[in-house]
Amino acid sequence: MATIPTTASQIAAAVASGSITAREVLEAHLARIDERESEIHAFNLVTADVARAQADAIDADIAAGRPVGPLAGVPIALKDNMCTHGIETTCSSKILEGWKPPYDATVVTRLRAAGAVMVGKTNLDEFAMGSSTENSAFGATRNPLDTSRVPGGSSGGSAAAVAAGFSPVSLGSDTGGSIRQPAALCGVVGVKPTYGRVSRYGLVAYASSLDQIGPFATTVADAALMTEVISGHDVMDSTSIPQPAPSLVDAASQGVAGMRIGRVVDLPGGAEPEVSARLDAAFEALAAAGATIVDITLPSLGYALTAYYLIAPAEASSNLARFDGVRYGLRVNAADTNAMYGATRAAGFGDEVKRRIMLGTYALSAGYYDAYYGKALKVRRLIAQDFDKAYESVDTILMPTSPLVAFKFGEKADDPMSMYLCDIYTIPTNLAGHPAMSVPFGTGAHGLPVGIQVLAPALGEAAMFRVGGALELAAGGAQ
Amino acid sequence: MSDSPLSLIVATEEQLLPGGWEMIVGLEVHVELATATKLFSGSPNRFGDEPNINIDPVTLGLPGALPVLNKHAVELAMRIGLALNCRIQRCIFHRKNYFYPDQPKAYQISQYDLPLNADGFLALPSGAVIGVERAHMEEDTGKSTHIGGATGRIHGSDYSLMDFNRAGVPLVEIVSRPDIRTSEQAREYVSELRAILEVIGASDAKMEEGSMRCDANVSVHKPGTPFGTRCEIKNVNSIRAIGRAIDYEARRQIDIIDSGGVIRQETRHWDDAEGRTHTLRTKEDADDYRYFPEPDLVTVDPSQEWIEAVRAALPPLPAARRAMLQELTGYDPQSEAIIVAVERGQHEYVKAIADAGGDPVKALIYVTQAFAEAGASPAVPAADIAALTILERDNKLSATQAKTVLAEIVANGGGDAAAIAAAKGFEAMDTSAVEAMVDEAIAADPDAWAKYCAGEEKAAGAIVGRIMKASKGKADGKVVSAIMQSRRGA
Repeated sequence: MATIPTTASQIAAAVASGSITAREVLEAHLARIDERESEIHAFNLVTADVARAQADAIDADIAAGRPVGPLAGVPIALKDNMCTHGIETTCSSKILEGWKPPYDATVVTRLRAAGAVMVGKTNLDEFAMGSSTENSAFGATRNPLDTSRVPGGSSGGSAAAVAAGFSPVSLGSDTGGSIRQPAALCGVVGVKPTYGRVSRYGLVAYASSLDQIGPFATTVADAALMTEVISGHDVMDSTSIPQPAPSLVDAASQGVAGMRIGRVVDLPGGAEPEVSARLDAAFEALAAAGATIVDITLPSLGYALTAYYLIAPAEASSNLARFDGVRYGLRVNAADTNAMYGATRAAGFGDEVKRRIMLGTYALSAGYYDAYYGKALKVRRLIAQDFDKAYESVDTILMPTSPLVAFKFGEKADDPMSMYLCDIYTIPTNLAGHPAMSVPFGTGAHGLPVGIQVLAPALGEAAMFRVGGALELAAGGAQ
Repeated sequence: MSDSPLSLIVATEEQLLPGGWEMIVGLEVHVELATATKLFSGSPNRFGDEPNINIDPVTLGLPGALPVLNKHAVELAMRIGLALNCRIQRCIFHRKNYFYPDQPKAYQISQYDLPLNADGFLALPSGAVIGVERAHMEEDTGKSTHIGGATGRIHGSDYSLMDFNRAGVPLVEIVSRPDIRTSEQAREYVSELRAILEVIGASDAKMEEGSMRCDANVSVHKPGTPFGTRCEIKNVNSIRAIGRAIDYEARRQIDIIDSGGVIRQETRHWDDAEGRTHTLRTKEDADDYRYFPEPDLVTVDPSQEWIEAVRAALPPLPAARRAMLQELTGYDPQSEAIIVAVERGQHEYVKAIADAGGDPVKALIYVTQAFAEAGASPAVPAADIAALTILERDNKLSATQAKTVLAEIVANGGGDAAAIAAAKGFEAMDTSAVEAMVDEAIAADPDAWAKYCAGEEKAAGAIVGRIMKASKGKADGKVVSAIMQSRRGA
């Protein structure tokens, strides 16, 4: 058997050229899953049969000389909050255990059209609420780089799947950092595109105004390729931006000569010294590559976390109300309808989900709305204004992805506030609706990977990928 | 929904209730829009189908499904706003959160502080002008059928069946200002609103099928004092019920106040069979709907061009149609014939008959009497009816004969009035023959004639009856009456 290439673009090229079959690529990845999945628990479900059928169909297309897509034969893992027709979609919650959607999410349709082969549905913090994947109702995912540590979250399964080589690429969703933070902790590339770039149709909502689907990959170029494939207007999502998918792969190798990169002088503290040191190194590397480093201020950034923990739970309290035991998912029978709702939701939701539903319900209640939700919306506007002002003088901004490297299991599980602080650098871009990506940039404490975050203005993905590519090159990565 | 009970309208003396009480009424009318598909999905919007076939992931609120606004629904909602003289404005949707089994997402997508249509009014045929606070878009719920239990409500039932065909059907909720002062005005408001909705094609507005539903906010007070506490009356599902429910509720509130009690703010259910209202829920256990902007939808900002295009395409409203018939016939626009003709949409047909040379008054009467079932556009050619009106006007046919001919024309979908009359032997008697018959009848019943001459008009009946009998109905009543009057006067 031929050697299996490691990146998605190499695999797609090899499969399309006929030098290797999609089925061979798939079996090699399934073998790795067999080998390590019991240890890692990246997946809620491995869809080997579906994947084999998809791979065989790609091979048949190639044998027949039919055109294939840009991800022909590329194995991909999907976070288990994206609807897959006839395939269990659980959000790692007991309340949806066993639920098989009667439709595909738009991203799933687009991946299939591009020739990707779905190897499985990955684990997450229940309903994408968490930063460690410890909140899964089906057990935590382990960090493939150090299995005593968390992979981050909430898209921990998708990050771990790529880090463990189970698939060269995967999809996650990012509401407050749920792609970028686990990417940083697992040493892979993770991208949150501009809000509205990628259709949310079929993504089980956590916080609708913040949720965005994006890729994990081992290289910046693969992440760019994935972003191209899944982006573009979708009539099924009213918040989808009516613009065609951007061309991004080339940007990853364009370099940063002449670009202006922002350094936030009033960045909220809390980052580990090793993380801060890597950020400094990143600025030096970019300056060396021809970029200009410009000091900027983002004065409202310190309020982002508080605003997020009102807005996201408020939307979640409404989004998750539909899990009432009436039409699908878990139902715990009781004396009357109201008691059935209570029993079903008490049994079906985990603690963190319940905590956020209560927070959000409170924030929206009559008499509290203005003080909490209303004020949070004002902070959200201020943060967007801060960014708008900053982007008058810079093309992109650099900051850490996570204040910490991967932490141990249980270290933060009982202290929600310290867990929430993991998202302090990722949340602002969600509030602004901007794109951001995390690129591995060396290691910090315990030799664990550190991710550097590249932020860009709305629809500024090309600039973001240029900087991401330069960081990858400077860190000795792929080009 | 309104928190602004402001109304500057004061009832007239005649409108006050016994004891000098004034009723203050505002109506919330929900209408289902006549779109092909639902408000946020492509499933059919169709009444009467087998349960749970007009559904899809959006309708069922499946995880991951997202709403997409139906442009045609917005356009129909704009028609309603324009017909009610509202301002069409930039608007957004909100989520109204509450748990109920027939509410698939556990929230209803509705409009809150920024509705599509605001600040309009509806002028009633009687002359009253009722303010329209807003007319906003929202989605309908599914339909619950509660099996077992005595009341047919969810409480105490054994189980409930859910039909989601109706879930997501586009609604417009038209909220009046509390400007209504009598139950008669309330009925008039709903009836005029229904006529408008039908005319503009926004809704079939059938209360019996639930495509038009009405809630009434009722309070009472003495003029010059602050408004009383209001109660919301639900389940008022016919125009007759609206009047009854409001009258009942006002009386109930007055009785409580008269006996020293206090009105509690509450939602009450109208029981049409019992003719009374029952407490549904009090203010204390009212839901907190936790309204917040719907993040899955974007702002709707109708362009001036769009608004003007919708306005330009609006057909003449019922008031304009009544005015047209008034001009044509000289009848009072509130006369039953005009109201009925406009309600049925037969005004154009009446006009067509007049345009074809027919007598307009007779055209109006024929159409309202003979085409009750025919709808807006009867199949009979207007010219055929026009010809008949002229025969009657020129006394070639008596009213009775004309009615018989009309029935035959209607039954055959048309026909030559003169030919039908001739075939039936309906030749108009010449005046001298009628005069001879009048004289014969006077001679046969001199007592009746004497009474008639003495001014007892009723006595004419006996004479006319003899003439009609003798002529087998061929004598024209009006001709007979004219001859009798001239004989009496001579």
